[in-house]
Amino acid sequence: MNDPIKLTIDGVEVEAQPGQTIIEAAGVSGIYIPRLCHYQGLKPHGSCRLCTVTVNGKPMASCTQPAGPGMIVETHTPHLQEFRRQILEMLLVEGNHFCMFCEKSGLCELQAQAYRHGITAPRYPYLFPQRSVDASHPDIWIDHNRCILCARCVRASRDLDGKNVFQFVGRGRHKQVAVNARARLADTTVNLTDRAIGICPVGALLKKRVGYQIPIGQRSYDHQSIGAEIEKSPCSASKK
Amino acid sequence: MTYLINGQIESICVEYQRDRHRLLDIIRSVQQKFGYISDEAIDEIARCCSIPRVEVDSTISFYGYLSKQPRGRITIRLCNDIIDRLQGMERVAAAFREVLGIDFGRTTADGNFSLEYAPCIGMCDQGPAALVNDVVVTKLTGDGAREMIRDLREHMDPHRLVRTLGDGNNAHELISAMVNNNIRQRGEVIFSEFHPGEALRKALSMSPVEVIKEIKTSRLRGRGGAGFPTGMKWEFTRGAAGPNKYVICNADEGEPGTFKDRVLLTECPEMVFEGMAIAGYAIGAEQGIVYLRGEYAYLNNYLEQVLQKLRKQGMLGARFCSTKHCFNFDIRIQMGAGAYICGEETALISSCEGLRGDPKNRPPFPAQKGYLENPTCVNNVETLCCVVRILEKGAAWFSQLGTTDSPGTKLLSISGDCRRPGVYELPFGVKLSEVLKLAGADNAAAVQVGGASGQMVGSADFHKPISYEGLATGGSIMVFGPHRNVLEIAHYFLEFFIDESCGYCTPCRVGNTLLLERLEQIIEGRGEPADLDYLQQLGQSIKALSRCGLGQTSPNPVLSTLKNFKPVYEQLVKVNPQGFRSSFDINRALEEASRITERRSVIYE
Ligand SMILES: Cc1cc2nc3c(=O)[nH]c(=O)nc-3n(C[C@H](O)[C@H](O)[C@H](O)COP(=O)(O)O)c2cc1C
Ligand code: SF4
Ligand code: FES
Repeated sequence: MNDPIKLTIDGVEVEAQPGQTIIEAAGVSGIYIPRLCHYQGLKPHGSCRLCTVTVNGKPMASCTQPAGPGMIVETHTPHLQEFRRQILEMLLVEGNHFCMFCEKSGLCELQAQAYRHGITAPRYPYLFPQRSVDASHPDIWIDHNRCILCARCVRASRDLDGKNVFQFVGRGRHKQVAVNARARLADTTVNLTDRAIGICPVGALLKKRVGYQIPIGQRSYDHQSIGAEIEKSPCSASKK
Repeated sequence: MTYLINGQIESICVEYQRDRHRLLDIIRSVQQKFGYISDEAIDEIARCCSIPRVEVDSTISFYGYLSKQPRGRITIRLCNDIIDRLQGMERVAAAFREVLGIDFGRTTADGNFSLEYAPCIGMCDQGPAALVNDVVVTKLTGDGAREMIRDLREHMDPHRLVRTLGDGNNAHELISAMVNNNIRQRGEVIFSEFHPGEALRKALSMSPVEVIKEIKTSRLRGRGGAGFPTGMKWEFTRGAAGPNKYVICNADEGEPGTFKDRVLLTECPEMVFEGMAIAGYAIGAEQGIVYLRGEYAYLNNYLEQVLQKLRKQGMLGARFCSTKHCFNFDIRIQMGAGAYICGEETALISSCEGLRGDPKNRPPFPAQKGYLENPTCVNNVETLCCVVRILEKGAAWFSQLGTTDSPGTKLLSISGDCRRPGVYELPFGVKLSEVLKLAGADNAAAVQVGGASGQMVGSADFHKPISYEGLATGGSIMVFGPHRNVLEIAHYFLEFFIDESCGYCTPCRVGNTLLLERLEQIIEGRGEPADLDYLQQLGQSIKALSRCGLGQTSPNPVLSTLKNFKPVYEQLVKVNPQGFRSSFDINRALEEASRITERRSVIYE
C-alpha cells in the first residue's frame, strides 16, 4: 500500500510517496516547477496555473495533481514555457504593478518568475483596474493593486493562524481579498506576527515602516533566479 | 429595531439548525424577508452560525441574485440573452427605462422597483422574458412593459401579471405561470407513456449491482453536456468508501439556450425523482438533493408538493420495499441564486455546502469525495429520466435507439430564427439539417450547437449528426438567420463567460477579458491580420490552462467562429498603411489626461 510510486518526469524515472503531488515529487528530484499560489505547508490551491505540466500529454496543475504510477510528466517543454509566460503576462496586466518602486522588488515572486521566464514587457494590454488600499491598521496594510489572488493569506490565516482574517469576495473580474470585518483591516484580529502577513508573494500585504530595508544587490532574487534552491544539479538548471 | 431584526434572523438560522452548510438557504431567507442582506444581518448570521462574517460576505457576493444593497420591493430582471436580444429585448429595456425613469442596476427613489439584467433565464422559446421577483413574464413588448409597470404600480403584486396560464402543468395552481412548454416533438424515451413507480419497483427486484449493469448495458451517457457514461459513474460512486452517499440532480440548466429541463421539471417531476431514487438504490445513497436554479423558483412549491405526494405514497422518506429489497430515500431541494458556474458539478456541490460556487480541485472526484466529503453522484435531469425508462423498458430497447456511441434520444431546446421554437425529442444521430427543417428554420445561416460553450457552425456542417461523436450538445440549439452578425454573437457569449467566471484561476479570469478586448477591436474595424493569430493562441491557452469546464470552453465562441466564419473576420482586419498599430487611438489615450487637466491637446484635436 505504501510502496513508492514510480513515474517519469522529464525523461527521468523518479519515485514519489503516496499522496505526494507532482510538484513535490519533482522537487525532491531537483526539478523545479515554477509556481506562485503554491506554498509548502499550505493546502494546495491550484489557482495561478503557473505550475501546469503535461501528464501523458494532457495539461494539468502539478500542485494539485497527485503523482500516479506510470505517469509520463513533462515540466519544461517549449510549449509549457510559453504557457507560463502567458500566465505571468496575464497577471502583470491584470493588476497595477510598479516594480521599479515597489517595496517588494527583488523579493517579489511574481517579478522573479517574470525574470526567470525572460519577460521584459507583457504582450497584453494593461487593464488598469480601479483598486483600493487599506492602510487602516497601525502595522499592516493591504494594497489590492498588487494582489494576484493566490489565496496564500486566506489559507495561512485560516490554517496556520487559526483566525480567518482573510477571504475572497466577489466573482470573476470582481474577485478580491476581503477582511473579516465590515470594512477595515484595523477592525480584525490580525497581528504583525501572523503567518498570513509574511506569506504574500507580491507587494499586496505589507508590514509598515520596513520597506526597502535590504539594499539592492542583496535581495533574494538579485543573484539567483527563483527556484534555484530546488535545482541542485547543473543539468536540471539548464532546463529553464 | 436591531433587536427585532436579530430575533428574526436568529429564527431563520435555527430553522436551518444553525448549520453553516445551509448558509445559502439562510441568506436567501433573510433576503426574502428584508429585501437585502445588511451589514447587521451579516454580523447576526455569522454569530448564529458561529462562522467568520467574511465567510457570509464571501458567499453573498458570489451570487447574482443576492444583494447587500437595499433593493426595490419588486425587482425586474430582464433576460439579456442573445436570443432575447434578437427578439426585441432592447425595445423592452427602453420601455422599462422610460416608465421607471431609472437605468438598469438602479432602484426607483420610492423604493418600489429595481431594474436589472439577467443572463439566460431558460425562456428563449418565448422571449423576450423577464423575472418579476419570482414570476416569469414572457413574450414582452415595449407596450407590454409599459402596461406591466402601470399594473404593478396599482397592485404591487407580480402574480397578478399572469393573466393567461401556460399549457400543461404551468396552469397548475402551485405553478400558475404564463410559461409554455412548447413540446413540439415527442419521442420514444422521455415523452412516451409513463407509469410512475414501475421502474423503481423493478429496480428493487434486482440487486444494486444488477441495476448498474443494466444502465451500463444501455450505454446511457450523461445528458448535461459532458456525456460521461452514467453506469460507470454509478459504479465509481458505489465502490467509493463512505457511509452517507448522495445523489444530486443537476437542475441548474444555465447553458444559454437550454430550457428542456424546465419542461421536464414542469411535466414529469415524478420521473425525475424516481430516477434519483433508482440512482440512490444503485449507488447506496439514502439522500438526494435537487439543485434548482434560482430562475426556476416559481416551480419550487409544485416540486415540494410532488415530493410530499411521493412521501405519502411511501416511495420517498420511508422504507420502500419490493418483493425482494427495501430501501430508504429522501430528497431535498436546494435553490441556487444566480450563478451559471454552479451547473458545473463541483461548483454545484460547493454551493450545496453553503459556500461560494467555486469549483473544487480534482482529484478527488465527486464520486470519491463530493457533498460534505461524501461519495456523490451528480446527474442531469434528463439523464435521470432516461434511467427510469431504461429500467422500465430494458437496456436493449434503449440502446437500439440513436447511434452506437450515443444511444437513446435527446431533448433539444431550439430557439432563435425559426418558426417553431421549443422542445424536440429526437433520436441521436439526427442530422442538424433535419432538426432545422422540423423547427422551421428555413433560412439558417449559422447555428450555435451546445450553448455558449458549444460551437458555432455554418451551412457546411448542417449535414452532421447531433451526437456526442458528431455535433455535441447538452440540448441547446440556437438558430441565426443570414442577417445576423456572428461576431456580435461571439462577443455576447464571451461577455457572458466573463460575467460568470468564478475568478478562481488566472487564464479564465484574465484571459477572457483579453480575448474580448481584441475581439472588440476587430469588430470596431481597428484590427490587423495578426490579431487573428493572437485570438487563436490566446483562446487555445485559456482552454488548455483553465481549471474547470467553464474556462476550458469559454474561448469556443471565438475559436469556432474563427474556424467556421473566417471570412467575416478577414473582411474586418487590415494592415495599417502607415505601419502603425490601428488599435492605437491617440485621442483615446489622451482622454483621461485631458479630463484631469481640463485642457485639450492642441496637436491632436
Ligand atoms: C460551466 C459548466 C456548467 C454546467 N452546467 C450544467 C447544467 O446546468 N446542468 C447539467 O446537467 N450539467 C451542467 N454541467 C455539467 C456538469 O458538470 C456535470 O457534468 C453533469 O451535471 C453530470 O450529469 P450527467 O452525467 O447526467 O450529464 C456544466 C458544466 C460546466 C463546466
Ligand atoms: S476556469 Fe473559470 S470558472 Fe473554472 S475555476 Fe477557473 S476561473 Fe473559475
Ligand atoms: S502553483 Fe499550481 S496552480 Fe498555482
